[in-house]
Amino acid sequence: MAYWNEHWETMPREELEAYQSEKLVWQVKRCYENVECFRNRMDELGLTPEEIHGIEDLPKLPFSYKKDLRDYYPYGLFAAPMKDIVRIHASSGTTGKRIVAGYTKNDLEVWADGAARVLTSVGLGEGDIIQVSYGYGLFTGGLGLHGGAEKIGATVIPMSSGNTALQIQTMIDLKATALCCTPSYAMYLGEEVQRLGVQDQLSLKAGIFGAEPWSEEMRRQIEAALGIRAYDIYGLTEIIGPGVSGECEYQAGMHVWEDHFIPEIIDPDTLEPLPVGSEGELVFTTITKEGMPMIRYRTRDICRLDPVPCKCGRTHYRMMKPHGRTDDMLIIRGVNVFPSQIEEVLLGFTMGGITPNYQIIVDRVNHTDTFDINVEMSEEFFADDMKSIEKLEGEITAKLRSVLGIGAKVHLVSPKSIARSEGKAKRVIDKRKI
Amino acid sequence: MFATQLSVFVENKTGRLSEILNAFSEHHINIRALSIAENSEFGILRLIVKETERAYDILKREGFIVKKTEVISLPLEDKPGALAKIVDKLSEEGVGIEYLYAFVSPENGANVVFRLDNPEKGGKLFK
Ligand SMILES: [Zn+2]
Repeated sequence: MAYWNEHWETMPREELEAYQSEKLVWQVKRCYENVECFRNRMDELGLTPEEIHGIEDLPKLPFSYKKDLRDYYPYGLFAAPMKDIVRIHASSGTTGKRIVAGYTKNDLEVWADGAARVLTSVGLGEGDIIQVSYGYGLFTGGLGLHGGAEKIGATVIPMSSGNTALQIQTMIDLKATALCCTPSYAMYLGEEVQRLGVQDQLSLKAGIFGAEPWSEEMRRQIEAALGIRAYDIYGLTEIIGPGVSGECEYQAGMHVWEDHFIPEIIDPDTLEPLPVGSEGELVFTTITKEGMPMIRYRTRDICRLDPVPCKCGRTHYRMMKPHGRTDDMLIIRGVNVFPSQIEEVLLGFTMGGITPNYQIIVDRVNHTDTFDINVEMSEEFFADDMKSIEKLEGEITAKLRSVLGIGAKVHLVSPKSIARSEGKAKRVIDKRKI
Repeated sequence: MFATQLSVFVENKTGRLSEILNAFSEHHINIRALSIAENSEFGILRLIVKETERAYDILKREGFIVKKTEVISLPLEDKPGALAKIVDKLSEEGVGIEYLYAFVSPENGANVVFRLDNPEKGGKLFK
């Protein structure tokens, strides 16, 4: 059993929580003194930092939101003076104006440590050759994994994203043992590797994939196509970047590094904290971060925390794969639909005639929502026969209805007719004007 | 007798059919017979052309799903009951018809194209 930081990763809960309390008091005080937005919210609640004694007082504290990052763009939420900020990252976000995050030297250290813990817990270390195919630059993916990989003493190939043919050639030539990228790009690479028939030339054993939601079915397909074990890593720019949490070798949820990030699960409607183990919106408080700390930041990710001790010996709670974001959720004819649920169903049919490429189109015609899903048919499936296509459409429609509780019109379309991207996939088109 | 037909998957998206026809006209592919099976969602375009291989490659290049299908093409005598005679013979021998369509060729007049569930047996009947 290998740990990157055994002391912290296996710390008894009681000790860990005492430490969290101590750091929370410190963090609330600094934020109150240095961050106008936070101070105003505390004042509105009539709350002073002195009233916060430990993690039991967390629910008293005000939330923070993605909107804050836009309202106080670019540097308004920084709690450290600019002379201490050594790095800037940014996230474009899917909705408009980008957000900016600032890191002190110590923040970069914390971040690399978080990523290093994840890489170590999936069995990587010195002697491994890690190809980082996340985008480098303002996006946290590339440099985040890069920092972790360097820290554990692996050999890093700073590949960045794009140019699939070159990616595969590099992997083969340089004998990469691990790959880091988005899961949708890993799927795409897997498809290409299969198409080229070069799987046996790969030296890959593990993949660390994150930055977008993916399903267990997708994991199985990536693992089969690339001949690896695929692990999930989680993080967001607002909190620090990839390495907030990650799976260990047991692939049973992502350990949240609670000595830096306190997770809470709240009911997104009542905003009340929910007992550990319930499903709800994930909220983070960064207790060690200096540059841009976040108090009770609402991630919009819907998931569950598992407090059951993990076989790996780590004491940090595991977060289950977020199965959707509150802001990705579609409400169609009054029913909550997560694109990830649709993806899970479709991936179940990829052996039976479709490819993993799909697009959800929602529109409103005569005050009624229309719900269409285009799915690319696989070339091998097509026989000169209407019935088999109709049958497959019917089967997918029935399965979707049973999972979603709402009917969708499924259309099989020609292969490669849905635009593919090498980064984040554009899976949902919502044309409704509400 | 035996002929190779191209079956093309066509989503019911306006313009898909004309894309095919334009590609053929551009590359001087001569369509001899054509039929479309469709529902409200999609269709299958069935084609018999002079240069099957070349047409197949063109369609592939244009990104269509194409399959080559073996069919039987028979000239039809120009008198009442000619088609009934063929269909009867097939059914007597227990050969099922998946679909059929007709076309006229300049050389031998009316022709019928059959897709049979047992093409080999069906083929022998019309030697
Ligand atoms: Zn574990």
